[in-house]
Amino acid sequence: MDLDWSALGQVTAVSLGVTVAVVVVFALGVLGLARYEGAREEGGADGGTSTLGMAQAGLCFLACAAVVAYGIYLIVPQFH
Amino acid sequence: MDHITFLVAVVIVTALAFDFTNGFHDTANAMATSIATGALKPKVAVLISGVLNVVGAFLSTEVAKTISGGIVDDTLVTPGMIFAGLIGAILWNLLTWLVGLPSSSSHALFGGLIGAVWVGAGSDGVHFDKVVEKILIPAVASPVVAGLAALFATYLAYKLTARARKQSVTKGFRLGQIASASLVSLAHGTNDAQKTMGVITLTLISAGALGHDAGPPVWVIASAGLAIGLGTYIGGWRIIRTMGKGLTEIESPQGFAAETASTTVILTSAHLGFALSTTQVASGSILGAGLGRRLAEVRWGVAGKMVVAWLITLPAAALVGGVSAAAVKHGGNFGTVVVALIGAAVAAGIVMLSRRNPVHANNVNDHHEVAIRTEPPATVGTAA
Repeated sequence: MDLDWSALGQVTAVSLGVTVAVVVVFALGVLGLARYEGAREEGGADGGTSTLGMAQAGLCFLACAAVVAYGIYLIVPQFH
Repeated sequence: MDHITFLVAVVIVTALAFDFTNGFHDTANAMATSIATGALKPKVAVLISGVLNVVGAFLSTEVAKTISGGIVDDTLVTPGMIFAGLIGAILWNLLTWLVGLPSSSSHALFGGLIGAVWVGAGSDGVHFDKVVEKILIPAVASPVVAGLAALFATYLAYKLTARARKQSVTKGFRLGQIASASLVSLAHGTNDAQKTMGVITLTLISAGALGHDAGPPVWVIASAGLAIGLGTYIGGWRIIRTMGKGLTEIESPQGFAAETASTTVILTSAHLGFALSTTQVASGSILGAGLGRRLAEVRWGVAGKMVVAWLITLPAAALVGGVSAAAVKHGGNFGTVVVALIGAAVAAGIVMLSRRNPVHANNVNDHHEVAIRTEPPATVGTAA
């Protein structure tokens, strides 16, 4: 029996890294969204915060969407 | 179609039945957390998951070259053994569903096959070193890896969003959950429907109805995809309740972290050629997500029962598979019919039992326990 420890290690490292990265980036996006919605609710007095929050949310969600697209690419054999 | 003997026809029907139980057993893997956090309405969740499973089935053209991936000696496998193995797997899937425990459908299938081959062709037909390498090691490693990933991710998600508007945070992560849960469903369809297609195709090849190296005919792809999709849509609500509510109370950031961890572990292992159980990965992720949120209650009793179910899945399915194989071996077509009828009767009995305390789309989130009422009934048939 030959156990592929390096493959197992790779799965562990990649899974940990990707999961944490995606969730952190998504959380930052949610943070931006919260800032945007919060600023808008307070009556739009702080236009800067609102736009900045929106931009942050947009960027972060876009990055996550890219990861999802790569996931679909990995799942669908026709793309390979 | 001269080559399709009685036995081959029975194997195909049984394989599709297994595929169906596979689908409804595994709905929870993708959708339990989304249903528990309210990211998706229960009915919508199972519909999305069902459709994506069918899509996944059609996308996966590369059918498994061997039924078992080398766990048993494929040259010794006869349609009768496949049938016996499938019966073992189906009954185990139904029994664990009744008690609401997520157990691996792949392990049930492998277990059934191992038992059937052991009885049918002797213990030499089973490659025990491969069993350790392909089943035992991934079974231990994958939930731990997924759990750790979900734990760290959950911890950071809560840390980062601690001071933000609660309302926006919940909404944002709920939206994210829809995407991550859908990915799990799609990956499930490409993997698990393929298993049944492989079983049917190899049975047809061994019966001479298809040439060697033949791919699955369109009707095989379509029926396997529909069986798993329909099973997913019917939804194993008992298991969904255990995974979404039973292990821990899940909030949307945890759900998102758990689903992301499951997706990455499944995809990276598939990419590197590790076979693993979606069920165990998803359970590990949910536990990790439960631990990652401080003060979240993890019900270790439920987790413990689940681990016990994982441990006995393979031997239990192997036992039923072995007994069935003995009947098929010595009884021929008559034995096959008897096994099929007994299997159907036990399955019907289990469904009857579940009716006494049904779990469905409308009450799945009401409680965290799946109970079968324990007072001894006068007759089993009086399920109201």
